[in-house]
Amino acid sequence: MMQHKNIIAAYSIMILLIIAVGVLQSWTIALTILNYCLISAVMTIGANIQWGYAGLINFGIMGYTALGGLAAVLVNVPPVKEAWKAGGSGMVVSLILIISGVYIIRTVLRKFENSKKRNYIVAAIIVIGFVFIRYISGPAIENIEAIDPAKTGFLGGLGLPIIFSWIVGGLFAAGIAFIVGKIALGLRADYLAIATLLIAEIIVSIIKHEDWLARGVKNVIGLKRPVPYEVDLQGATWFIDLVEKFHSKKLDLITSLSERQDVLNQLVIDASSVYVKLCLAGLFLTVVIILLILTQKALYSPWGRKMRAIRDNEVAANAMGKNVVKEHLLIFILGSAIVGIAGAMMVTNDGLFTPGSYRPMRYTFVIWVMVIVGGTGNNFGAILGGFVVWFLWVEAAPIALFFINFFTAHLEETNAVKQHLIQSAAYFRFLLVGIGLLIIMRYRPKGLIPEKINIK
Amino acid sequence: MDFINAIVLLLNYTVIPALTYGSQLALGAIFVTLVYGILRFANFATGDMMSFGTMVAVLLTFYFQSLGISFGLLPTALLTIPPAILAMIFYMLFIDKFVFSYYRVKKSPPVQLAMVSVGVMFVTQAIIRIIIGPFDRRFFDGEKFILKANEFKEMTGLNEGLTIKSTQAITIFVTVIVVSIMFWFLNRTKTGTSMRAYSDNEDLALLSGIDPKKVVLITWIIAGILATIGGVLYGLDKSYRPFVYFNNMLPIFAAAIVGGIGNPFGAFLGGYVIAFAEILVTYAYKKFFAYLLPEFMEPDSLMQLLSTDYKFAVSFSILVIVLLFRPSGIFKGKTL
Repeated sequence: MMQHKNIIAAYSIMILLIIAVGVLQSWTIALTILNYCLISAVMTIGANIQWGYAGLINFGIMGYTALGGLAAVLVNVPPVKEAWKAGGSGMVVSLILIISGVYIIRTVLRKFENSKKRNYIVAAIIVIGFVFIRYISGPAIENIEAIDPAKTGFLGGLGLPIIFSWIVGGLFAAGIAFIVGKIALGLRADYLAIATLLIAEIIVSIIKHEDWLARGVKNVIGLKRPVPYEVDLQGATWFIDLVEKFHSKKLDLITSLSERQDVLNQLVIDASSVYVKLCLAGLFLTVVIILLILTQKALYSPWGRKMRAIRDNEVAANAMGKNVVKEHLLIFILGSAIVGIAGAMMVTNDGLFTPGSYRPMRYTFVIWVMVIVGGTGNNFGAILGGFVVWFLWVEAAPIALFFINFFTAHLEETNAVKQHLIQSAAYFRFLLVGIGLLIIMRYRPKGLIPEKINIK
Repeated sequence: MDFINAIVLLLNYTVIPALTYGSQLALGAIFVTLVYGILRFANFATGDMMSFGTMVAVLLTFYFQSLGISFGLLPTALLTIPPAILAMIFYMLFIDKFVFSYYRVKKSPPVQLAMVSVGVMFVTQAIIRIIIGPFDRRFFDGEKFILKANEFKEMTGLNEGLTIKSTQAITIFVTVIVVSIMFWFLNRTKTGTSMRAYSDNEDLALLSGIDPKKVVLITWIIAGILATIGGVLYGLDKSYRPFVYFNNMLPIFAAAIVGGIGNPFGAFLGGYVIAFAEILVTYAYKKFFAYLLPEFMEPDSLMQLLSTDYKFAVSFSILVIVLLFRPSGIFKGKTL
């Protein structure tokens, strides 16, 4: 019962904080923060499955987020027909070659015994295949990228509603996680962290530099939203009526008709952006709740108990006949898939895909801080961590600015130290998050809402 | 003649830059490996600690320049290395006292220490950005070139010029000296031996009367020296920008693991393996083959295996391959 009270109290404080931002700053900012909190919560659920349930460190969250974003582009953007004509066949042939190459290597690895000769054969296949594929794909890529490079210059996607990409993003991430897991999961914990981080860097650098795929660092903008646009709302009568009804008291006080119209217009513009953000928040909240129910069910199922047994004592679990390697791979794939979903959701929220922005600081380490601060192994804790840390990350600058002004109030405006501090207020977020992590690690190593297993 | 031209071309565009970059990586990789071997955790604050030392050197350089102190033909920054090292060691010991030592005494698992080092990474990054800002800063002064392309051409009568920047010469020279002293220290002195003993088997080392506090202290001192020198050399050669230093952590990790983590000599060579791989794979060999092959066989394409965008990806792929086939690294580090 204590536990429940704690959770409820913590979440109420969090919601109050977001409402406070809405009242003090603006509702648009509050809802933007809320949406990012919800997306972060999905990511932390993914990371928490891997770390909290199974004790696997995955520092490659950045890579799976980027894959989810890529999925959003490939699902939503309409296909670029000229590009397909110019180089589509070359790319398809290359893809078939890659798949068959992998297949051949697999058969070689299976058929022959482990020897130097086999390794040389595999290396030779890789080198020859690489040169051959570059020979075929090179001109195709050039042709594709030459088509209207300012706007397209890539193959485009399927032209489906972006909401499908949430599933596709999960599948993309799961597929890559399978390969990564096969390569890296045998490693000891901190090696695994480094290996996954570096593999994620490889994934992001491929997305960044393969322009034919998703325009690379030239970014894809104007992805279609699953919710109405502000401009459409501002023209819709039902929406204007709604806003009028909502603010009728305030509007009735204004007697002049033209003034009333001006105020109403301003209110409609504000309300439209709030409405759009609320719709997105509703969608994101649905995903969070579905995932939360599923993960909670999994946690208390026999499977969840098995995972905890593996986490707490791998050797013993192995001796009991649990297939540790298989379960690790499975949970690595599941967690990564959830992160992939979050990646697609983030691009849906922003409406644009900017591969250059995927950096380990923001998309790996901050997410990890969220999981650790919130509570490893506890889904409610992980979600809370996502909310708290993202809130701090965004609001750190205004808070820092407030304190700088407070403590340097006696100094003159032209004081060099004061000016320097005010200019660097944005960087206090690193300090705040870092110190927060250190304090939690030291005094509450299990997080704000620690894991508690009740056997019913 | 064509053959010599081709060799000079390769020297100029691949070997010398790779040696320079490799030296910078090697210093960082030895730092990572020492911390891993003796303090037993993967230090994710590596890049930012190097950045911290460099920041002190950059600020001191600007101060010295404003005072009119210079080092003649050599960059002023070399003068600022000793005080920067002191500041770096002080910072590291401070962090160790208030953050790492608690977990070391408690014998926490290495994963927890790695997570703590992520916290240190955030804090260090904040301190750096608040003090010096995130901008690109050049602090190199003094003579820029030792050997200019034109001079070399005149001297030898070849078509291809060979350029040696003074930063490249300084980097390689300083690295050789620092690393030799360090290996001498680790292998020949009593303290160095005790450090290696502590790294190999902590309990046995403690039994034979080795003072763990002293070992930790010396480790941080060496780490501070390596981190600062590595960082300053990189900054002199390219430029100082906090974000780039954070990113450099990744190839440094790759170098340390490729060389076999916990093995300083392996890390030293690992730095060069990574650097040479990055540069050789992304270099365009068109001109090289144009010199070597008869005219009718001259290649049309750039003869580049991968575009330079994939520089980092190359080093990470090498790491993945090494992890797959020799998980303990090329030169046998700690077992996994």
